[in-house]
Amino acid sequence: MAMPELTADEEQVPVEETEAIRVTDLHKSFGTLEVLKGVSLTAHKGDVVAIIGGSGSGKSTFLRCINFLETPSSGQIVINGEEVLMRPDGMPVKRRQIERIRTRLGMVFQAFNLWTHRTLLENVIEVPVHVLKVPRAKAIERAQALLERVGLGDRADTFPSYLSGGQQQRAAIARALAVDPSVMLFDEPTSALDPELVGEVLTVIRDLAAEGRTMLLVTHEMKFAREVATHVVYLFEGRIEEQGPPEEVFGNPKSARLQQFLKTVG
Amino acid sequence: MGAPGSAVFAGGGQMMGWRSLLQPHRIVLMALFAGLVVWCAISLRWDWIPEYAPLAIEGAWRTIWILVVTTVVGFLLAIPLGLAQAIGPWYLSMPAKTFCTIIRGTPLLLQIWLLYYGLGSLFPQIPWIRGSELWPYLRQAWPYAVLALTLSYAGYEGEVMRGAFAGVNKGQLEAANAFGMPRFTMFRRIWLPQAIRNVLPTLGGETILQLKATPLVATITVVEIYAVSSRVRSDLFIVYEPLLLLALFYMIIAGIIALLFRRFELKTGSRL
Repeated sequence: MAMPELTADEEQVPVEETEAIRVTDLHKSFGTLEVLKGVSLTAHKGDVVAIIGGSGSGKSTFLRCINFLETPSSGQIVINGEEVLMRPDGMPVKRRQIERIRTRLGMVFQAFNLWTHRTLLENVIEVPVHVLKVPRAKAIERAQALLERVGLGDRADTFPSYLSGGQQQRAAIARALAVDPSVMLFDEPTSALDPELVGEVLTVIRDLAAEGRTMLLVTHEMKFAREVATHVVYLFEGRIEEQGPPEEVFGNPKSARLQQFLKTVG
Repeated sequence: MGAPGSAVFAGGGQMMGWRSLLQPHRIVLMALFAGLVVWCAISLRWDWIPEYAPLAIEGAWRTIWILVVTTVVGFLLAIPLGLAQAIGPWYLSMPAKTFCTIIRGTPLLLQIWLLYYGLGSLFPQIPWIRGSELWPYLRQAWPYAVLALTLSYAGYEGEVMRGAFAGVNKGQLEAANAFGMPRFTMFRRIWLPQAIRNVLPTLGGETILQLKATPLVATITVVEIYAVSSRVRSDLFIVYEPLLLLALFYMIIAGIIALLFRRFELKTGSRL
């Protein structure tokens, strides 16, 4: 009996690194206000982690701490097996290291944040050409394909301000894809959109999930989270109140706060 | 013809074509203007022009290069001045703020005179300056004129750029940060272009003001276009005709500046 079990165990421990992101005991305070009170989360390659929670629960702050747009107060962050070296106050020790890690994290913002002085194509090639030093012709070719993919192939030479919010957000996703990110971070990607524009953006994200991209997604779209996520995390007042597979979290919530939350956003 | 007003509204600049000029009140105004020009041409004295044309061309050229050099160099100085005030530590922002305040708080004429009569009379007393290779230039007036105009432009635009840097949307910089852009790349590719784009209309206006400040250097013996008109007046006692031509010259240059900035605005998407 002992032999087969041992074999099964060995098979379950893969040799290569499968962790995309491991966050351990993350704290973040703004002045005296403690927004994150020890959040730990591990995302494996191919995971789609949806982070849900009420306003002020710290979900956006958590996401922004992962690429150090917010400086954590304490904790440990490991990305693709590489620990970000933090001083005791949470500041990264080497800006170079965090810059290098950031280039592999494709971030999509609530407010799109496309660079308004550049056309869509220029937005998409900006980081590949000027940070990753990809040859320009190659970057343009790839950017065209990405814009095509998000349905904006004919808008490559348009400035962002001429586009609808949905189009801008799709372009922002193309920009994030252009760096061939190992993990994509979505910070409420549809919250700034008119209701009729939400669908087109979710369609793009759904496709990315289907092709097995690793994603962390802060969202208010519960139905969407349930559909695409492999893992759902419910944050309440800076702590993980409940987490698990979407069918558990949405179908059979255990915590009273989560039950209440799902009822209100229902 | 049904709704001429709406046509003008919809088309903006382009629809204001030749057709719209053919309205009675416009025709009358154009005729009056043409009459004025003809009257000027016939009854005023222009016979001095051939004699003074070479000097005028030289003066016009001097006005233009002084304008170009002082605005370009002044703007290059304005970038660090603005940046220091927007995000610099106190030991950078304080001197920058002081400089801008002094420049903006004193008349340009005074600055020109302080530099020319101050530095200009100090330098000859210092032997190594007299002996240096720069002396042939430093004994002329134009270096002081260029320096004063450059500092003036830098002072005003330093203040403009302070607001411009501070006014760039934080999300734009955050996006650059999030993609791991190094700080200098972010400054060069995102922050600076956005700051400049946001203040292009202001810079255009300031450059025209700079053009109209150039006659002040005639007071320290730099012979630019205004000085030429003064010479005609003092030589021949012809007052009005040179001034008319002078006004025309400044209007044309100001028009070209406005046009250049407008094209620039269109190209950078700041005029939507």
